[in-house]
Amino acid sequence: MTVLVARLGRGAIELLRIFGHHATFFVDLIRACPAALRRPYLVVAQIHAIGNLSLVIIVASGLAVGFVLALQMYYALVTYGASESLGLIVNLSLTRELGPVVTALLFAGRAGTSLTAEIGLMKAGEQLAAMDMMAIDPKSRVLAPRFIGGIVSMPILAILFSAVGIMGAYVVAVLLIGVDAGNFWSIMQSGVDVKRDVGNGIVKSIVFGFICTFVALYQGYEAEATPEGVAHGTTRTVVIASLGVLMMDFVLTALMFSTP
Amino acid sequence: MGKKSVETLVGIFVLLGMLGLVFLALKAANLGTFSSGDTYAVTAYFDNIGALKVRAPVRSAGVTVGRVASIRLDPKLYQGVVQLEIQRDVQFPTDSSFRILTSGLLGDQYVGVEPGAQEKMLAAGDQTKQTQSAVVLESLISQFLFNKAADAGATAAPAPAPAASGAKK
Repeated sequence: MTVLVARLGRGAIELLRIFGHHATFFVDLIRACPAALRRPYLVVAQIHAIGNLSLVIIVASGLAVGFVLALQMYYALVTYGASESLGLIVNLSLTRELGPVVTALLFAGRAGTSLTAEIGLMKAGEQLAAMDMMAIDPKSRVLAPRFIGGIVSMPILAILFSAVGIMGAYVVAVLLIGVDAGNFWSIMQSGVDVKRDVGNGIVKSIVFGFICTFVALYQGYEAEATPEGVAHGTTRTVVIASLGVLMMDFVLTALMFSTP
Repeated sequence: MGKKSVETLVGIFVLLGMLGLVFLALKAANLGTFSSGDTYAVTAYFDNIGALKVRAPVRSAGVTVGRVASIRLDPKLYQGVVQLEIQRDVQFPTDSSFRILTSGLLGDQYVGVEPGAQEKMLAAGDQTKQTQSAVVLESLISQFLFNKAADAGATAAPAPAPAASGAKK
C-alpha cells in the first residue's frame, strides 16, 4: 500500500521535474536566439530545410482538403438551398481552423521528426559535446536557428495551405459542380473578416509553430544517445506536438471566436 | 547546395507566403471592398435595433452605400444610438427615413435608407430621428393575439384600449 503511494508521489515529482526541465530549456533557447540571428545564413538554411522542403506535402494536402471540403459542404448545404454559401463555408473552415491545425500536424510529422532525428543523431555522434568542448554554444549554433526557422516557416505554410485549399475548392465548386463563380467569391468576400478570421488564423499558426518546433528540439536534445533513443524521440515528438497543437487549438478558438 | 541557391529558394518561399496572404486578404476576405477613408458619419436613433450588428451594411435601393460603425444605448432617451458611416459621394435629404430590414427570410439585418424630398442634404455629424425600428417577432405575435381576442370578444375591446394607451404614455 505504501509502495503504491510512494510510486505515485515519485511519479508526480518526476512530472514536475520534467516541466521544470522543459521551462529551463525554453529559456535557454530564447536566450540563444539573438546569437543565432547574428549569423543569418544559419537561419536561412534552416528555413530552407524546414519550410521549403515541406512545401510539397503542405500544398498537396491543401489542394486535397480543399477538394474534399467543397464536395462535402456542397452535399450538406444543397439540402437547405444554401449552396451559394459554399465559398464562405470553405474559406472560414480553412482560414480559422483547418489551415493552422492540419498544417501543424503535417509539420510535426514531417519537419518535427526530421529535426528530432537530426539533433538526436548529432547527440548520439557526440557532435554537440564536441561543440561544447570547443566553447561553441550548441544551443545558439544548432538549436536556435532551427527554432527561428520553424517559427518563421509555420505561418507561411499555413497561409499557403489555406490559399491553395480555397483555390482547390473553387475548382471543384465552380468548374465541376457548377456553383456560380460570382456568388462564390462575393459571398465569401462579404463574410470573411481579415482581422478576425485570417489574422486569428495566422496567430494560431505562429503559436503552433512554437509548440511543434520546441517539442521537436527538446525531444531531439534529450533523446538517449542510441538508435532506439532517437526512434523513441521522433515518435514522442509527433505524439506530444500533435496533442499540444489540438489542445491549444481549443483554447485559442475559445479565446478568439467566442461570440462577442 | 550552394549558398546562393538556398537563399534564393528561401526568398521564393517567403514571397509565395506573402502572395498567399495578399490573395487571402483581398480576394477571399473583405479588405478590398470598403475603404473607410472617404465616408461621413450620420447618427440615427432607433426605438429597437433588433439584431443589428456593427459592420452591418447600409443600403439604399438595395445597393450598399455604407456600414454601421457603432451601436450604443442613450441613457436618457432609452433609445438605440446607431452611428452610420456613409460613402461621401452619396448624399441623402434631411427627411430620409432609416429602417432596419432583414435580407431574405432568415438573413442578417441591415439599415435601409429611403430618400426623402427635402433639398437640404444630411451633413457629417447630423442626427436623425426619422427612423423605423426592427420588427420584433414577439410584438407581432402579441399584436396578432390581441387582435384575435378583440375580434372574438367585441365588448372586451374598449376596456384594454385605454389601459394600453395609458401604459404607452
